[in-house]
Amino acid sequence: MSLATKTTARPAEGFRVTRGRRNVAWTGLVALIVVVVLALFPYIVYSGTTAILVQAFIVLTLASMWNLLAGYAGLVSVGQQVFVGLGAYFVLIIAINGTSPFAALPVAVIGCGVAALPLWWLVSRLRSGYFAIATWVLAATVMLIIEKFSSIGGGTGMALPGFAGMDPALLTAYTYWAGLAVTVVALATIYLLLRGRLGLVLTAIRDDEVAARSSGARVWLARMLVFVVAGAGCGAAGAVLAISQLQVQPSAVFSVQWTAEMAFATIIGGLGTIEGPIIGTAVFMVLQQTLASYNAWYLIILGLVAIFVALFARRGLWGLVDERINVRLFPVGYWLRVDEARPRRLARLRRG
Amino acid sequence: MAWVNAIIQGVLVGGLYALFACGLSLMFGVMKVVNLAHGDLAVVAGYLAIGVITVIHIPVLWSFVIVVPLMAVLGYVLQRTILQGALDRSVLTTLMVTFGLSVVIENGLLQFFTANSRAIGTGLALVTGSFTLGSQIQIGYLPLLIFVVAVVVLLGLQYFLSRSKYGRLIRAVADDKEAAQLAGADYRHVFGIAAAIAFGTVALAGIAYGMYSQLSPTTGTDTILLFAFAAVVIGGLGSLWGTLLGGVVLGVAQQIGAQISFSDEVLAGFIVFLAVLVLRPQGLISRGAQP
Repeated sequence: MSLATKTTARPAEGFRVTRGRRNVAWTGLVALIVVVVLALFPYIVYSGTTAILVQAFIVLTLASMWNLLAGYAGLVSVGQQVFVGLGAYFVLIIAINGTSPFAALPVAVIGCGVAALPLWWLVSRLRSGYFAIATWVLAATVMLIIEKFSSIGGGTGMALPGFAGMDPALLTAYTYWAGLAVTVVALATIYLLLRGRLGLVLTAIRDDEVAARSSGARVWLARMLVFVVAGAGCGAAGAVLAISQLQVQPSAVFSVQWTAEMAFATIIGGLGTIEGPIIGTAVFMVLQQTLASYNAWYLIILGLVAIFVALFARRGLWGLVDERINVRLFPVGYWLRVDEARPRRLARLRRG
Repeated sequence: MAWVNAIIQGVLVGGLYALFACGLSLMFGVMKVVNLAHGDLAVVAGYLAIGVITVIHIPVLWSFVIVVPLMAVLGYVLQRTILQGALDRSVLTTLMVTFGLSVVIENGLLQFFTANSRAIGTGLALVTGSFTLGSQIQIGYLPLLIFVVAVVVLLGLQYFLSRSKYGRLIRAVADDKEAAQLAGADYRHVFGIAAAIAFGTVALAGIAYGMYSQLSPTTGTDTILLFAFAAVVIGGLGSLWGTLLGGVVLGVAQQIGAQISFSDEVLAGFIVFLAVLVLRPQGLISRGAQP
């Protein structure tokens, strides 16, 4: 990124541009340790725990993708379940043809990314609210089309083949690692994308779309890229879902509940920060596990909390943390640091 | 003859879809709020009607007299509190809040009233009866009545907005709320009134659908909201006549789809919607307004 080098090369003017207010280099190391510890979990915890964590990985991946869409690109999609469903069906179709479902995972990701292009072409004609419902209609349409193919289970769905004779303990561990890998790759992709040129363009659009457009930012390209990445990411989560559930049922994988979960986790955790969906997913999982025996109550409570947060604490839980200690675990913005004799004054160039 | 029948039935049910759509269209036109809880509120109205009928044993048609004003009041209150609060923040917030409402209402209904679908039992000859045209075309009194009500509501709304004094006020606020405020109009109150009207039509639509078919907690999104939206886009945004035309086109497409294969009813409607989105994104009747 040239901005950082250009500006930091002029110390004489008395300011520096940094990625964070505090030194957060250690967070990279911590993240690495966390991932390694999580990767060792199948050896140290019961399979019940890893099964719950797989669910958490799915929700976290979905929430991070929804955050990229709504928090950074201003695209509120309520039809992201279309990619969850497509990802699951890609795995199912490949598994029916005799390939391992795990090998099908990367194919599902690419397939969903490609499928996002025509879907984007259809819905990008509409703005904000109508865009939201159009994605929903699209998800319903894709489900109705898939239900017409009886070879992949029609309206009732079918069990995922390809695991016959596999040791259950090994299958659980592999599923867990697949979920972990998908989540890590998803978060890393979002982090790198937002640190790069795309992040700058998206911030410019968010602040003033007309100004961004007239400065030469290719607004449509940035939005399309975000939609494709989010499609691929939600597809990956759908593929993990199919593997962990061992069956694919159209009304379950194409349920709007997925979008509700990803949106609520993001809004509660904090829209527009990479940390937000992580905290939101933690809150989500705790509520879901505590209220597991009360059917849909966890969604009702999450929905009410999300409405409250959207109205009264717009930056979510992470926003509350950030206001107190001012730290970014995933710095994607820049800080202007003025080196003067006066008490250090900090101007926020852009919120990460 | 079966095809002619399908088209006639499609036109009639299209009136119901236009009724679904007019509240959505009105809220967007005036407040720029896309209410994602639109369909779920219609289901709430339908369930309220069922409750009112079973508790105080009034004739079915009287349930409108109680539920429609009740929903209108709810609309005013909701607009003045949550929706206005969200509007003051951003369009994004209104979407998140109404989506949250939609999920909360749907799952709340699921918790309290189970997933069973229920109809508004009528038992009136008017509702179950029908008359025959020619030898094969059978027209039910109820679909015909709903169609007539839909046309009357749309006509009335059109007349109200274009001719009456209050309608002019609503249009002024919709055009430029700050300027209207300067001229002495309390735009928040006007928004509330517009929401009340929209919720009244939502209640009508919900009860009508409960009589025509069956209501379940998921009907609100997978049928009412999506069909309403398809009708709005097919017809063209910002035109009430377009909405009626959109509803009719959607209804006819669905009935023709059902003729081809029973399971293709909904899909055929959505495919026509997508075709219009691709070929004529401004809708069949365009006022030059882009979504």
